[in-house]
Order: sequence, then C-alpha cells, then structure tokens
Amino acid sequence: MKEFRGRVVAKGTVSAPALVSHGGLNTLASFQKALQFGDKKATCGDQNNPDLYGKQMAGKALCLPRTIGPPTGGLVLYCACSMHRQPACMLFSEPIDSLAAAGAILQDVWLSDVNMPVIDSLGEEFLAYVKDGMTVTIGDGGLVTVE
Amino acid sequence: MNLTKEQEDILNGSRGETMAKVMETLVRYGELYHADSMVPVTGKFNHLVTSFGLKALAPVYDLMNKLIEAGAVSGTKFSADPRPLDKNVPSSFLQNIVFNHFMYTKQDFYEDQLTKLGLMEKDAFTCTCYMDEVGNTPKKGDILSWSESSAVVYANSVLAARCNRNSGIIDLMGAVCGFVPNFGLLTDEGRKAKWIVEVKTSKKPEAQLLGSAIGMKVMEDVPYIRGLDKWLGTLDDDARAYLKDMGAATASNGAVGLYHVAGITPEAVESGEDLILPDAQVYVIDDAELQRVYDSYPVIWKNKDATPKLCFMGCPHMSLAQLIDWTKRVEGGLAAAGNAKVVIPTVFTAAPAVIKKFEETEYAARLKKTGVILSYICPLMYMNNPLSTKMPVITSSNKLRTYTSARYYTDDEILVQITKGGN
Repeated sequence: MKEFRGRVVAKGTVSAPALVSHGGLNTLASFQKALQFGDKKATCGDQNNPDLYGKQMAGKALCLPRTIGPPTGGLVLYCACSMHRQPACMLFSEPIDSLAAAGAILQDVWLSDVNMPVIDSLGEEFLAYVKDGMTVTIGDGGLVTVE
Repeated sequence: MNLTKEQEDILNGSRGETMAKVMETLVRYGELYHADSMVPVTGKFNHLVTSFGLKALAPVYDLMNKLIEAGAVSGTKFSADPRPLDKNVPSSFLQNIVFNHFMYTKQDFYEDQLTKLGLMEKDAFTCTCYMDEVGNTPKKGDILSWSESSAVVYANSVLAARCNRNSGIIDLMGAVCGFVPNFGLLTDEGRKAKWIVEVKTSKKPEAQLLGSAIGMKVMEDVPYIRGLDKWLGTLDDDARAYLKDMGAATASNGAVGLYHVAGITPEAVESGEDLILPDAQVYVIDDAELQRVYDSYPVIWKNKDATPKLCFMGCPHMSLAQLIDWTKRVEGGLAAAGNAKVVIPTVFTAAPAVIKKFEETEYAARLKKTGVILSYICPLMYMNNPLSTKMPVITSSNKLRTYTSARYYTDDEILVQITKGGN
C-alpha cells in the first residue's frame, strides 16, 4: 500500500479499481463511440492508446498523466458524466490540462446527480506505482491510497 | 483570485442562478491556473468550437438550453467551427445512414440554438473565422474566449491577440459572462518562449511537417522560431496561410497555443529575443529531422497498400490564395500526367465566405473542371463516422492525420496522388 497526495480539482471520496494510461488520454477518441452507440461501460475507442483501447472506463479509477486531443475534450467528459458513463474518479500525475479541467469543473458545477472526484499533481511516482486492477481510494484533502 | 464588485455580485446570484454558475465555472477554472483576476473579453466577436449537432452530445444541448432559458446568451456575436455535413462530399449509402440517423441528428436543432445564442450569421461556420472574408479577425491585444485550437494559436501568434487554449463550452461561458480568468497566454510572462527552434533546412520546410515537429517537441510550451523568416519573407497572404497550417499542426500534434517567428509575427518583430526565457531549451530542425518526423507517423489503415478513396485538403480551411494556388497546381499536375480530371475523389474545404469570394473568380470554373469538389465541411467530422475510419483517406493536414485514420502526405506527394495516381 502506498499513499500519494495531490491537489483537489473536484471534491469527493470514492474507492474503485485502477485503470492506468501512461500516455495522454484523447478524450474524444476514447469516449466518442461509447457516447454515440450506447455503451454504458464506456469502452475506450482510442486505437492510439494501447493501455486503454478496448477496456471499460466507466466506474474505474482512471489514472493518467494528462488528456490530449481536440478542444472538445472538456465537453465530451461532461457528456460522459451526464450520461453516467464516467470513470469513478480521475487521477492525474501532472497538473491538470485545460481540457480535462473544463470537464471536471463542468460536471462538478452543473450536474447535481454526478460526483466524479478529480485529483491532479500526484507526481510521476504515482503513475509508476499504480497498476490496472489495484484498488484506489480517494480520501479527504487530495489523499490517494493505492493498494 | 481578486474579483471586482460586479463579478462578486454575479457569483452571488445578482444576475440569477444560471449566471452565477457560469461565473463559478470560470472562477474555478482560473483558480486551477492561479489566475489573479477575471479580465473583460474585448474581441468584437467570439468563436465556438462546437458546430455539430452530434446526438452523443445531447447533454451539451441541454446545458445550452438552460443558458438560453435564463437569458444567459453571448454578449458578443460569434462564429462557429465548420458544419459536419455537406451532400457534395462523396459518401456511401451506409455512411449516410450513420451520418443522418446516428451521428448528426441534432444538426438543425443545434443550429437553431446557436442562432438564439448569438451566431454572427447563418453561414458563419468555419475553423478559419479570422479570414478577412469571414470578418472575425481579432485585433492585436484583444482578449478572447475561443477554444478551436488552430484558431487560438493563429490569433495569439499571427494576430497578437490573447487567448488561452480553452475547452468547448468554456469558450461560450466566457462570452456569456464577458470575463475570462487572467492566466497563461493572457499574461506577458505566459507569452515568453521556453524553447528556441532553429530552422536549418535546405529549402522552405513543409508547413504541416514543421508544425508537427515543433508541436511534438515543445508540447504546450511557447517556441521562438529562428530561421523561418528566411523562407517566409514578410507577413503577407502566403506567409499567413503558411503559419495557419504550421500553427494547426503545432496545436494538434502538441498543445501549442502561441509561437513566435523571428522577424515575422508581431510580438517577435516588436520585442525580438526579449521574448525568450533565460533557460530556454534549443531544438534544431534540419532536413533529416523533418524526415525523421515524417517517417515516424503510423499508418493505421488495415491495408497499408490500399488505393486511396478520398483526399481531403483544407484542415484548417484553405484561404482564398491557397484555393487559387491549388487550382493552378492541380491543372499543372493533370496536364503533366495527361489526365483531364483528378484520379482520386478530392475535396478542398474552405469557409463559406471564402468559397463565395472564390466563386467570383475565374478559378472556380477551372477548379470545377478538374473534378475537385469544393466544400465547407469539417473533414474531422466526416472522418469521425466509424465507416469513414475504415476508408483509405489521404490528406496533407497533420491535424487530420493526428485525430483520424487519414494518411499524411506532403503537398507535392498529394498533388501526384490526385493528378496521376501513385499507390
């Protein structure tokens, strides 16, 4: 077990199995098929992301360095949340990028029935340590426990 | 963050609950990046990245309805990214079923929403809103609330306006609120270069390749580019079109929101190397480096030797000068190959207002004669159709290559492919 501390972008506590992307997450490419064709498990459709392609993202603790891709990224994430196909939480090793930040804030401010905690700045060590399937728990004040 | 009394009041609900949420969204966004204040949006027009009535984005349209119902509409008129559909662009029966019954089913509804929110005019759909013909050209120093990445990097770099790399919806909220958080590329410090790029090629580098190389190296940092002025001369129409394409590649292959070109872009002309931070890293780009970058692109077609079925040129949309230049190039290529019409279905894309201007010239009929289709479509939106993804599509756009299955070729290679065939 190991503890990491980051910055709280969107509040909340949750415990979920980890799903790890070592490269940037292209939000549009990853979620579009799931949103388009009614896949409630949000199977990642980004062929350029070998860590995530074909894996279910809904309900997982999505661990990643940052998001990449077109500027629709924030609103795609917002839509995934609104349609209840979002990850259980998002954990960024780097300071959050502006596209993911928009999605994180939009869901937190505008959706009353969704809670997707988002923590950033967890550091490179976090991403090196966490592996698919490990249990990730978000506590108070940006505390993240991986076991 | 220091808010003015007016901003505090909006946050506390003086203009209603919806507007308070808009302000809260922007304040929280700014706080993440240590913004010190909210500054007024000063651009005459705004620009939105969301131009497509995609069924999957229904929650976005619900959110926009909330804004409309609360009277929280844009304080400035705006243009929007290109439309996703054009019946002139070749597509199969099955593709059309997916486009019309599964993907863009909300297009009419959404365009109606945009009109209510403040669309400039009914055809104000293009990613190159800054073209003279379109009329959404920011002035130097204007504060913007845009998010289309190719437009943001152009406005910052070529026009010296100030805009962060925002996400869709944040762009609209800035325009609705009239304020954006002051951080990053809005500040003098945020516009300083962390990279020096030395261009040392033996000929004018391909804009899309150079931008790709720079983007992949510097990611979201600001580069100061030396040695390109030798090839561009002055900031004329040709140079602007070059920088449009180069910038789009820096923004999509990396996450560049601003670049300076020594002797060319306004801030570099004004401040020179004072724009470079003391500890800037250096990246040298020569012929070999461009070739290395080109060779690194994966081809994700199932059959890598497939004959191309479609060619897209114009992502971002082409300028009037580019349309004219390419008309001549295609004519020349066809004459050399002994063909009357292009041998691969080819689509050139441009803003509706640019197309209108082009159609007033003699070149419109000449281009039509070559078989090239002229369209206002967004090639990215076309390629987002899963059936399009399976098609062997070629392009000289590095943005289209990055975000879709389209295969990249240089301009010269594209010309051979479409006029002579080559695969």
